[in-house]
Amino acid sequence: MHFSRRDRIIFNNVNFDIQRGKITAIMGPSGTGKTTLLKLIGGQLLPDEGTITVDEEIIHRLSRKQLYRARRKMGMLFQTGGLFTNLSVFENVAFPIREHTALNESMIRDLVLMKLEAVGLRGARDLMPSQLSGGMARRVALARGIALDPLLMMYDEPFTGQDPISMGVLVKLIKWLNDALGMTSIIVSHDVTETASIADYIYVIANGQVIGQGSPQDLQQSDSPHVKQFMQGLPDGPVPFHYPCVDFEEDLFTEQKHD
Amino acid sequence: MSKKRGMELMVGLFMIAGFLAFAVLAIKVSGLTDFHNGATFVVEANFTNIGDLKERAPVTIAGVNIGRVRSIHLDPKTYKAVVTLEINKSNDNIPVDSTANIFTAGLLGANYISINPGFDDQFLKNGDVIENTNQALILQNIIGQIMFSLKNKK
Amino acid sequence: MIERIVNLGRVGIRICENVGRSGWMLLNSIARKPDFKHGFSATVEQVFNEGILSLIIIIVSGLFIGMVVGLQGYNTLEKFGTTQALGQLLALSITRELGPVVTALLFAGRAGSALTAEIGLMKATEQLSSMEMMAVDPLHRVIAPRFWAGVISMPVLATIFSAVAIYGGFLVGVKWLGVDSGAFWSGMQSNVDFRIDVVNGIIKSIVFGVVVTWIAVYQGYDSVPTSEGISRATTRSVVYSSLAVLGLDFLLTAMMLGGW
Repeated sequence: MHFSRRDRIIFNNVNFDIQRGKITAIMGPSGTGKTTLLKLIGGQLLPDEGTITVDEEIIHRLSRKQLYRARRKMGMLFQTGGLFTNLSVFENVAFPIREHTALNESMIRDLVLMKLEAVGLRGARDLMPSQLSGGMARRVALARGIALDPLLMMYDEPFTGQDPISMGVLVKLIKWLNDALGMTSIIVSHDVTETASIADYIYVIANGQVIGQGSPQDLQQSDSPHVKQFMQGLPDGPVPFHYPCVDFEEDLFTEQKHD
Repeated sequence: MSKKRGMELMVGLFMIAGFLAFAVLAIKVSGLTDFHNGATFVVEANFTNIGDLKERAPVTIAGVNIGRVRSIHLDPKTYKAVVTLEINKSNDNIPVDSTANIFTAGLLGANYISINPGFDDQFLKNGDVIENTNQALILQNIIGQIMFSLKNKK
Repeated sequence: MIERIVNLGRVGIRICENVGRSGWMLLNSIARKPDFKHGFSATVEQVFNEGILSLIIIIVSGLFIGMVVGLQGYNTLEKFGTTQALGQLLALSITRELGPVVTALLFAGRAGSALTAEIGLMKATEQLSSMEMMAVDPLHRVIAPRFWAGVISMPVLATIFSAVAIYGGFLVGVKWLGVDSGAFWSGMQSNVDFRIDVVNGIIKSIVFGVVVTWIAVYQGYDSVPTSEGISRATTRSVVYSSLAVLGLDFLLTAMMLGGW
């Protein structure tokens, strides 16, 4: 698969294999296009070359109608949650159910309460999204994502900006939902410890390439300098600490040109 | 749910306010009271000169509005102005020998058509032509005539 | 010099691109089989947001503009001793021009900017993306009801504005300055034509409704999803729609007077 945007190559001939029923993590430093990858899977962006296949369907060759049908099998948790601010928690979770099914009101209520119970927020159903903390908003978004029991659940940076408690809750939830509902999960993240604790398989990407892959244990012991730097969070390494520029000494002694 | 109902009620009231405002504009402001559309019949009148007459100018009998001018065009053979009048159905008792005049409202006002009823038993029907017409009074012509007659007297 | 021409060309291309994109967006959001189940109640909700929340500003400005036109008109007509023509002057200027145009400008400032900011914010907080991922087209669900609500609200607001403004002129002219009430109304009625003045004014306001909401939703939908991008988009929305209203007003007036 090959993808570039405005002459900048984001993915260069990369190949991901996501196994059914497992949690696959895609990790990498900021700005390597992890979110882009999820958008490609969801069909919001189109690749330049190569194919993206989800459940035997080539996403980017589907007609609009087929794509919309395929998306019902996918759930996605966005970085900011993406809750509809003008709807209550209950209505947010009910939204996809109302859209795609013709269930009556009492069945919708049962389903929504079930999903909210799963994320532990049944008591918060009448709150508006603005009244929720960041962690709670993400859990509501998660409940909405699983409202239609998707086959594939994508998490975009689920741990970023969370306090340790909500992070722990989310880690537990993702793992538990994956096992209980038999979903396939893709986590895009750069929080190494949390992700490594639940992922079955990890891809590390940088500069548009897959630079390391394997189970969390394999990667921890990897001796590729890239992977090592990333997994252990070293400040300097193949990804340099300094933004590329001329030598420091040279820079100091060059006279400033006034123009 | 009650919040939603309240909102729908407000929107309903909003639309009603809009219709009321429209009714005010239609009746009170533009004086639209004759709603009987199509209840008119059409007659023609040929004038030698229509002066400043415009389409949609009023047609009156004894100062009472009975219709309006629908269209004006020039007859290419006789060089006369053919004026088509739209007259309300309720005034279907205009004698065929009536006279159509073009008058001016006030000294500088717009032109209108005034019909002087004749005495015939037959009434004008749709598509008839009013034979007797008086052309518009053109101020310049009148002044010219007066000057001419004054000169002749000398 | 060459640089200038290149710049001009670039601006031209960008304008064409924007017009094309916004047209495509509008086409995609409204050209489809109507969905009465969701569409109707969503549109009602937006009529509330756009129409009713703009009502106060419309009524207050309508009243004041009517009063000012009444006062100015009276003072000018007094010089010619024809103050009884005040009703005619007032009604014609308001139904033909001031009603539709001022309403559209106020609407652009009140509802248009709010629309742009709301949609931009929905984009920035990934609400539009997540809707798309839930297999719901945001063009149908978010853009279309807002667009229709604007097209519906504008003529209603403009009619209310005109009626209120004429009442304001009546207050000043008749109640305060003592123009004869009968002359005021009859002069108005005999000189205002329903088809030419009232209906054309409403046609204008429908056109303005389409243009103002179209610009507002497009600017929101196309905004850069950052706080700076949204504030820029909001400013652009008001500026562009005001300019479009004034320009189109000239065009429409020319067409209507030209008898098209």
